[in-house]
Amino acid sequence: MVAVAGIDLEIRAGEFFTMLGPSGSGKTTTLRMIAGFEDPTSGTIELAGRDVSGVPPYERAVNTVFQDYALFPHMTVADNVAYGLKVAKVDKAERGRRRDEALEMVRLPGYGERKPAELSGGQRQRVALARAIVNRPRVLLLDEPLGALDLKLREQMQSELKTIQGEVGITFVYVTHDQDEALTMSDRIAVFNDGRIEQVSTPEDLYEHPVNEFVADFVGVSNVIERDGERFTVRPEKIEVIAPGDSADGLRTERGRVTEVAYAGAVTRYTVALDAGGSLQLVRQNVGEAPGAVPEQGDEVLVGWRPQHAAAVRGKTTKEEVAP
Amino acid sequence: MATDAVVVKRSAGRRLAGLFHGRRRLQIGSLLAAPMAWLVILYLGSLVVLLITAFWTVNPLSGTVIKEFSLENFEELVNVPVYREIVWRTVRTAILVTFTDAIIAFPIAFYMAKIAGRKTKALLVVAVLMPLWASYLVKIIAWRAILAEHGVLNWALSPLGLHGPGEGVTSVWLVMSYLWLPYMVLPIFAGLERIPDSLISASEDLGAHPLTTFRRVVLPLSFPAVVAGSIFTFSLTLGDYLAPKLVSNEQFIGTSIFDSITNNQPFAAAFALVPIVVVIAYLGVARKLGAFEHV
Repeated sequence: MVAVAGIDLEIRAGEFFTMLGPSGSGKTTTLRMIAGFEDPTSGTIELAGRDVSGVPPYERAVNTVFQDYALFPHMTVADNVAYGLKVAKVDKAERGRRRDEALEMVRLPGYGERKPAELSGGQRQRVALARAIVNRPRVLLLDEPLGALDLKLREQMQSELKTIQGEVGITFVYVTHDQDEALTMSDRIAVFNDGRIEQVSTPEDLYEHPVNEFVADFVGVSNVIERDGERFTVRPEKIEVIAPGDSADGLRTERGRVTEVAYAGAVTRYTVALDAGGSLQLVRQNVGEAPGAVPEQGDEVLVGWRPQHAAAVRGKTTKEEVAP
Repeated sequence: MATDAVVVKRSAGRRLAGLFHGRRRLQIGSLLAAPMAWLVILYLGSLVVLLITAFWTVNPLSGTVIKEFSLENFEELVNVPVYREIVWRTVRTAILVTFTDAIIAFPIAFYMAKIAGRKTKALLVVAVLMPLWASYLVKIIAWRAILAEHGVLNWALSPLGLHGPGEGVTSVWLVMSYLWLPYMVLPIFAGLERIPDSLISASEDLGAHPLTTFRRVVLPLSFPAVVAGSIFTFSLTLGDYLAPKLVSNEQFIGTSIFDSITNNQPFAAAFALVPIVVVIAYLGVARKLGAFEHV
């Protein structure tokens, strides 16, 4: 069984690097190889210039925040956090100081005497983070650390994680299947698919210039159409609905019919079936236009976008968007 | 109204169902009535009879039971050195068997829970359980044959110039350790299964050598399971009389009770209270050690 194949990654010191992909795409396996829980069958893993392939996890300057937090249930929060320092035989005074510092950093001072079972999900997550960063690793690995939290807490923790990373200056390698999370937090993202890396780039570049259909689909909404043998994607917010009589200068236009309208508060999402084949999703801000000016289901509309917003993609032709 | 008609026609069964509907205490109470009665009358009842009998005595000449309160049996148990020795020999053996089983069972259980693949694990569970399917008497008699003067053990040891333990306490220890081993393996196995692998990974990830991980994470978390297993090995050894009878010439608590039953039932009853008291004390200690926390 091959979980990952032919992966070539270089993660820079101090960056927030995200491995994004659907489950089973090999991102967690890659993370486990960096941590030392799994050995690559071929190839090497280097950490700060040193080949660490075959070095056991307990000898790597890498710490992990596990998906299920993996807090030791028989120890207090303080003992959990100080665990790495204790096994590294850091002296007691230093240990206490760094432990308190770490708890302070994750905003849990005074929680030291509690047991993990007495904490909420978000608090456990913070303890797991404190337990990892207290050792000052070169690299911190985070395996879907926010997956078990509810949306509000997740968003709050996203910004806190980013802040903490700035404070400690440790390289973060973050695994997630949540594209929004990846886009908001990362300096760079590697998109995984089927044991391979499809693209490594900054969030903006990844979103604006996906190299293939998979990336276009996974990071954002799949909006791929084919015209004259060329396949390309346009992001939903780049597509406008052109009102009758308005100028469509400099826009590439298509005619179509609105097949779906989904109201989502700040925006409304429309699906437009194009007369020339394929369909596109677009979003419009709900800025309070008159009812007549808003497209409705079944309306014939003219949509358009600037040519520079269409990104050519290569990739599979298995999708239905292919013109009939 | 139509609903009235329905009410009138309700059958006895429906009315009974109506009586129970929404009354949780009544539901649970009637469900548990039969097993509770069984437990209280048969089990606790016999214990009470045992307790009462322990305070009676036997007329040494006629052999008839004198149904009068007396502490004579207990005085005898405490004051006669041979009884003290029997109790101590039994308790010592039970402790020894418990330690032996814990030491043998832990690696087996650890392999089963954390190392073996799914198939090997299933196979090992069956292998551990298999001896329990054979009659316990048959197993003791098999051991008797192994340990006999001209048995397999002495035959195997003779080229080395060695001799087996023969009949005695050592043989009891061997046989009991063998008999109760599954009762130690299974709780430890279950306890280790409950420890998420991620805790072990986390410990190693934080820089702990596998041995440190074992000492600081695996052992403390599985210790309650070891104590739970020890309750079985300890109390089963304490109360057993067949193994001592068949592979030793020494008296144990079980054999002494057995020998007194025919001619001095009250004394046997008093003696039978000794393992009960010891086990209750042991359970108290086990509770302190957290053996019942995850039951």
